[in-house]
Amino acid sequence: MLDILSRYDILGAFWMTIQLALWSAIGALVLGTILAVMRVSPVAVLQKLGALYVNVTRNTPLTLILVFCVLGAFYILQWRLAPASAPLSTHTFLWAIFGLSAYHAAFVCEALRSGVNTVPVGQAEAARAIGLTFTQSLSQVILPQAFRGAIAPLGSVLIALIKNTTVAAIIGVKEAAAIMRVIIENETGSLIVFFIFALGFVILTLPVGVGFTELSRRLAVKR
Amino acid sequence: MSAQAVLFDAPGPKARLRHRILTILGLIAALGLIGWFLWQLNETNQLEPNLWSPFLRAETWTQYLLPGLVNTLQAAVVSILFAMAFGLVFGMGRLSQVLPLRWVCGVIVEFFRSVPVLLMMIFTFFFMARNLGMPGAAASFWAVVTGLTLYNGSVIAELVRSGVHQLPKGQGEAGLAIGLTPGQTLRSIQLPQALTAMLPALMSQLVVVLKDSALGTAITYPELIASGRQLGSRFGNVVAAYIVIGLIFVLLNWLLTIAAGRLERFINRRGHTAATARTGASTLVEGGAGPGEFGANVADVVEEEVTDRVEAWQDRHHRE
Repeated sequence: MLDILSRYDILGAFWMTIQLALWSAIGALVLGTILAVMRVSPVAVLQKLGALYVNVTRNTPLTLILVFCVLGAFYILQWRLAPASAPLSTHTFLWAIFGLSAYHAAFVCEALRSGVNTVPVGQAEAARAIGLTFTQSLSQVILPQAFRGAIAPLGSVLIALIKNTTVAAIIGVKEAAAIMRVIIENETGSLIVFFIFALGFVILTLPVGVGFTELSRRLAVKR
Repeated sequence: MSAQAVLFDAPGPKARLRHRILTILGLIAALGLIGWFLWQLNETNQLEPNLWSPFLRAETWTQYLLPGLVNTLQAAVVSILFAMAFGLVFGMGRLSQVLPLRWVCGVIVEFFRSVPVLLMMIFTFFFMARNLGMPGAAASFWAVVTGLTLYNGSVIAELVRSGVHQLPKGQGEAGLAIGLTPGQTLRSIQLPQALTAMLPALMSQLVVVLKDSALGTAITYPELIASGRQLGSRFGNVVAAYIVIGLIFVLLNWLLTIAAGRLERFINRRGHTAATARTGASTLVEGGAGPGEFGANVADVVEEEVTDRVEAWQDRHHRE
């Protein structure tokens, strides 16, 4: 078993998983924040556009989004995220990050919005009653509470994102699930191989879950 | 609580002007994006009528899209049924009085919740096809079902547990007070109420199952995306096929979400359970669909329904 495993770059595959998760998390956070701002803005059109994006993206399978990114956008529409001379693996890697970011941005948006929704209206009313201006009440009273309320849901989005990076295997990114498939196909379908890779994901997601729960507990707003 | 009411004052003349400018800018940006996408499709000849006309023909649907959709639904429905059984067993295990049992069930549930579904599907597929010698088609179906069952079953187990914890404490105490054992209290008092309150969440879990069944395409299960690929290679319209399939998924899941919302209101109105029914299953899983989302929608719909009922009532009285 050990000599089979030593012939494959399992750590490299998990490094690819981590890279995918990290860049996609940043992309999803940026896009998701923009969407959340649109959805909580007082402008009806921006609210509707944000809601449309979230509802369409959330109800589409991630598999379809990634397959469309590579077969549709990359091969047929010829959209390039890297110079055309770059190797195919660079292109699929970048498109995987794009697709993962676009998909999870919808969930980040909802997590942030649910944070705003945890703030009772009395907080805003009290802030205005003691004479704070709009900017002051936003920056001193409402947003600090809203961000704390959004920590726990953001944590579960990040965990879902780490697990969903495996879908990139379908479009040919050489991350953990793809390497596991190669090992099982070529060598052995033993349960040990599965457990090694499963353990890898438990190791990646467990600290995130514990960390975010601890953070949200420590920063929880006492009401 | 709507976000706008917390964050903003009633707009004055300046703010209204600013809102109008933002409205126009938003519309321009959205239309620009759509227009650019269509222009790009046109540039690469993806808007040719002969690429889209297959969707008007019956055999495109009967040979490709509908069989794919049926396979997707089949895998999803079988999985959610198995997942419910799995979730009930392990959810009860996590509520058991026996510490080792509680602990083992907890480890199993947490494990399957943190392992990617695709990983489980790939392993089960090759295990069934090679080590058990199952035919490829059967192996791919059961691999999809196994992966979806283990993951969603674990999520449902958590729902069962939190559903029981969410019940008012008096329910369990009353059961013990009239002389039932803890097990009897769980089975005949707490679980029936928790399960009733869970139904809408179970329905929104079906959305997750339906989306994840698309992963079966990686292990040759002939679901909707796979049939889209076949359709695309037959007519050379991959882009069109994927757009149509995306619309099918969005429509299906959107209907399910609405149905879950209605079920939630129905259960809360009937009052068969001491708990409050919630649709927010996907909060736990995919991180999304926070209570705020459904809360806001539900408030709108409830208001609509109340108006409808009042009008119906007035109608009746006028006639009498």
